[in-house]
Amino acid sequence: MRVNVTVNGEQRQADDVWEGESLLFVLRERLGLPGSKNACEQGECGSCTVYLDDVPVCACLVAAGQVQDREVRTVEGLADGDRLDPVQEAFVEAGAVQCGFCTPGLVVAAHDLLERVPQPSDPEIREALAGNLCRCTGYEKILDAVRLAAARR
Amino acid sequence: MDFLRPDTFAEALAVKAERPDAVPIAGGTDVMVELNFDHRRPSALLDLTRIAELREWTTVDGRLRVGSGVPYTRIIEQLGAQLPGLAMASRTVGSPQIRNRGTVGGNLGAASPAGDTHPVLLAGDAVIEVASTRGTRMIPAAEFYLGVKRNALEPDELIAAVHLNATPGPEQFAKVGTRNAMVIAVCSFAIALHPAEKRVGAAVGSAAPTPRRATAAEEFLAGELDWAAPEPLLDSVKRRFGELVAEAASPIDDVRGSAAYRKHALAVLARRTLGWAWQDHLGKEARECA
Ligand SMILES: Cc1cc2nc3c(=O)[nH]c(=O)nc-3n(C[C@H](O)[C@H](O)[C@H](O)COP(=O)(O)OP(=O)(O)OC[C@H]3O[C@@H](n4cnc5c(N)ncnc54)[C@H](O)[C@@H]3O)c2cc1C
Ligand code: FES
Ligand code: FES
Repeated sequence: MRVNVTVNGEQRQADDVWEGESLLFVLRERLGLPGSKNACEQGECGSCTVYLDDVPVCACLVAAGQVQDREVRTVEGLADGDRLDPVQEAFVEAGAVQCGFCTPGLVVAAHDLLERVPQPSDPEIREALAGNLCRCTGYEKILDAVRLAAARR
Repeated sequence: MDFLRPDTFAEALAVKAERPDAVPIAGGTDVMVELNFDHRRPSALLDLTRIAELREWTTVDGRLRVGSGVPYTRIIEQLGAQLPGLAMASRTVGSPQIRNRGTVGGNLGAASPAGDTHPVLLAGDAVIEVASTRGTRMIPAAEFYLGVKRNALEPDELIAAVHLNATPGPEQFAKVGTRNAMVIAVCSFAIALHPAEKRVGAAVGSAAPTPRRATAAEEFLAGELDWAAPEPLLDSVKRRFGELVAEAASPIDDVRGSAAYRKHALAVLARRTLGWAWQDHLGKEARECA
């Protein structure tokens, strides 16, 4: 089937999409957007987190056909040209990135948190990131990055 | 595989009547896992997310009718005050991303014995509204769960909504798991006090082939509670209530926990949540008398 969807503000079209395919597969394999990562394909790790109509979701759990005529925003759509989004900048500065596999999902989840709660408490940060796993950092630097991004708002 | 995309509920029912083999997909948080891992290859997917009616709630005859497609996040944020028990259970589901997509309709459709909303729906006397082109059926939650991942839906039916008391008494839900997020319940328990009818609702999850009510515990407690002149509860009452709740379960040993542990934990959850719910009731009575 064909899927028409707005991705990062651009009208995109994917062809020959299998009806049982996920949004994550469409983004990575058909639209050339490998920022969202595929680790578990079962909603457990959050590395595929994207905005769907402004709500963060696991792209691996959205059926491709469900995004027809909807809006998706991926980690690739956060930066303003060459200027990183403040959340991305804070991740770099705080040393919150090691292997980087979890980073795109965490950046989107943190971005959403700060849109909703500009000055989150520590428990609010932990709760907002509870659906994102990181095998490298031990999370402390990630929390630092979110606090830093919040402080700069 | 076909991807069917109705815009209205009436259209969806017509499609389902014609294609009873089509698998409904709402938030996809159960269905997509099965597809991604090749556990299921349905001949068609029936997308319900374009149907605005399923994402609404209204008050009907003093009861709240919550569309089957309302995601957990909206139940928590917008219905938390009216449906405290359902909101508590919703808060424990998965992660923010899962709660943004997952729905009560999907929880009912999957009918996992571990689904978090089930004990709350049972304790709160919820009624499940299911529909087909043949008409509508109102199924009490207690008659909805038939077996492990089996529910009372006919192949041509869809879940339209759940109906709940719009002004419930004190409600509590508690769940045992290894973490605060992303946990399938080892066991779970919900209690609902219905002071107006001097009744109690109590139900266990993840501790039997289906979620189920703890009827003997409900009856025992309703007889012990002094609704008119509420006083702090006797420990012996809480303990007996916990025992009866544990007796209602018939758990198994599995990777998440042993049967013996589940029974023990259920008794603890029952005592604890009863304490909190009764405290709520005492607080309310005190406020109303003042
Ligand atoms: C990482 C992760 C964590 C999870 N954690 C929890 C948890 O903590 N607690 C919990 O209870 N569950 C949990 N789940 C399971 C799942 O999120 C819930 O069962 C959720 O309620 C499913 O809703 P959905 O809208 O996503 O359902 P879907 O996946 O869209 O559908 C689920 C089933 O219901 C059927 N269905 C859906 N809507 C209807 C309808 N209107 N009429 C008829 N049939 C319908 C579908 O055909 C399917 O069989 C988790 C899942 C994941 C991936
Ligand atoms: S790949 Fe989607 S949550 Fe892990
Ligand atoms: S930085 Fe490697 S998984 Fe998080």
